[in-house]
Amino acid sequence: MFDTPLQRLTPNGDLLGESPLPLEEIRRLYQAMLSARVYDRKCSVMQRQGRLATYAQFEGQEASQIGAVAALRKQDWVVGTYRDAGAMWFHGYPWVNLILGRTGDERGGRAPDGVNVTPPSITVGGHMIHAVGTAWASRIKGDDSVSLTLFGDGATSEGDFHEAMNFAGVYKTPTIFMCQNNGWAISMPRDRQTASKTIAHKSIAYGVAGALVDGNDLLAVYEVCKQAVDRARAGEGATLIEALTYRMGPHTTTDDPSRYRTNEGVEEWAQKDPIERVRRYLESEGAWDPAWQAEVESEESDRVETAVSEAEALTPWTADEIFEGMFAEIPPHLAYQQSLLRRRP
Amino acid sequence: MTRTLNVKDAINEALRQEMAADNRVILMGEDIAGGAGRDADYPPAADAWGGPFGVTQGLLPLFGRERVIDTAIAETGFVGAAIGAAIAGLRPVVEIMYVDFIGTSFDQLLNHAAKLRYVYGGKVSVPIVVRTVAGAGFRAAAEHSQTLYSLYTHVPGLKVVAPATAADAKGLLISAIRDPDPVIFIEHKRLYMEDDEVPEEPYAIPFGVARIVRSGRDVTIVGVQKMVHTAVEAATLLSRDGIEAEVIDPRTYSPLDSETILQSVEKTGRLVVVDESHPRCSLATDIAALAADAAFHSLRGPIKMVTGAHAPVPFSPPLEDAYIPDAARIVAAVRDQLDKKAR
Ligand SMILES: Cc1ncc(C[n+]2csc(CCOP(=O)(O)OP(=O)(O)O)c2C)c(N)n1
Repeated sequence: MFDTPLQRLTPNGDLLGESPLPLEEIRRLYQAMLSARVYDRKCSVMQRQGRLATYAQFEGQEASQIGAVAALRKQDWVVGTYRDAGAMWFHGYPWVNLILGRTGDERGGRAPDGVNVTPPSITVGGHMIHAVGTAWASRIKGDDSVSLTLFGDGATSEGDFHEAMNFAGVYKTPTIFMCQNNGWAISMPRDRQTASKTIAHKSIAYGVAGALVDGNDLLAVYEVCKQAVDRARAGEGATLIEALTYRMGPHTTTDDPSRYRTNEGVEEWAQKDPIERVRRYLESEGAWDPAWQAEVESEESDRVETAVSEAEALTPWTADEIFEGMFAEIPPHLAYQQSLLRRRP
Repeated sequence: MTRTLNVKDAINEALRQEMAADNRVILMGEDIAGGAGRDADYPPAADAWGGPFGVTQGLLPLFGRERVIDTAIAETGFVGAAIGAAIAGLRPVVEIMYVDFIGTSFDQLLNHAAKLRYVYGGKVSVPIVVRTVAGAGFRAAAEHSQTLYSLYTHVPGLKVVAPATAADAKGLLISAIRDPDPVIFIEHKRLYMEDDEVPEEPYAIPFGVARIVRSGRDVTIVGVQKMVHTAVEAATLLSRDGIEAEVIDPRTYSPLDSETILQSVEKTGRLVVVDESHPRCSLATDIAALAADAAFHSLRGPIKMVTGAHAPVPFSPPLEDAYIPDAARIVAAVRDQLDKKAR
């Protein structure tokens, strides 16, 4: 079991077996991956310009994030981490919110109504169980929405992972656990994180379905996630998916990976780029041309720019607004503090 | 011989000296040994990065992987394992990358480290040190900026240490490692680069002895860790107007040197406590209560607390700046006290 990861598109863009998606849909998802990369790269640049706080790039993980969310419906939940902006955005969390979040403006956390995306989890591992809770609530409320939680290989070492998986198994919650095994947890490589042969193996002990997939293969990720989503919606419980991918960049903009890893991995994985392989496939099907790609990229770049301008144009909160958003109603002891801050010059 | 060293390097030196002197001392934590991913011989000694702040840099090549252990991301795991190892005779120093992540390991600290000796009828010793990084002012958002001093201080069975200078950091960490009981050693991320004169040889600063940073007759200002420096700034401003503040750094919160604080309050008759933490159930309220209880009749005005807000530390830079107490707020608190007396 879990000997080879499922693959539908080789790095050369050759289709193995049958495509789980029609060509038009693949084009749409390709476009989404391009958009996500445009955003990701722009954020890194803006961070260097001092316009954003620390940023965690997800370059290389676009197929894992877009492919997984593509299997969801609007009403489903996405519960991810600081590295999952691509997934959050594709499920309806606007760029402007994500950017606000990175400028330190808590208003970024206000997802639009009807967008079931939680703000990115900052502590490692604490959020997975929330996707058990949201899924559990769906079942109790009698709707058929499912919950997707994204996390890294490192997060599986936290006790929280065990508790979330155990609950999902015992209570058969409609939860999809999407582990993006990107090889690294800051300086710690995957093989020092767990002695388990694969992370997918851990599904067995918890009594949930498991899958191992090439995380840089959009079609394969979509396929396993779609199966997991269908099972969850049908009341058949949770799935643990391990998507094999690679963190192409530093852990965050404050990290220098050359201190702990050679460039070999990056070079090797650059050959397996998730976007390039879909491009090759589309080209071979006559569904790609450079002009279209340039247009998509420039349009997305404009959209991100607009989002940045919107974020930067917002009137900053004043000090007394520190207390906004803490409780439904500001309690008296905080109202008092708020009045002190208002009085301060 | 003393020379100038910053807090980060002073901590590194304390670890190095204690590890060299006592092979029971081991280190555990996430990303504490640079190059966890490389073969044992890489990266070259000097390149080991020692975590996000580089505090443990260079220890891996000196002491090897058996004693400098990069752990999986599992705070309960390595704190719990350290407790076990401590019971079995080692002296583990564990690092929780940010104090904010203590939540995941709190049962181990609250119900195990802090209570094992007690439930063993005093027979077992849990000599662990939990080094962790606290503090606002790093643009690091609500989950990477807390201090949580009072959370630990509240728990009987834990000792709590929070140095404000490099010399104190070295001497107090050495005491912490030699201490037979669990010690929470809080490092402030905004103080790592602060220089001080630090003796080269190993030395231990006893717990429960406050440092009088500056003496004065008009008001006592007790600063909590980084706020000691802000209090000194305020004292300098006040001095221009002829107000002489006595600034006290308790250095350890459990045990707390109440005597030094009370003596000072008895002398000055006024107390201001400065703590960047949230105001409720904080060190500020604790020290204020101490003075109200034991030095009430010496007080010539109301005790003042200058603290952060009772809200998460804001991520937004201007809001974060507004959140952290500054010298102007301390000066205003002192003036307020003096005015009250005048009226
Ligand atoms: C509870 C907790 N412990 C430690 C950290 C510090 N930290 C932040 S990200 C990270 C590595 C996470 O690795 P992984 O789960 O593989 O996700 P990746 O960053 O590779 O996407 C660590 C140790 C944290 N944020 N929270």
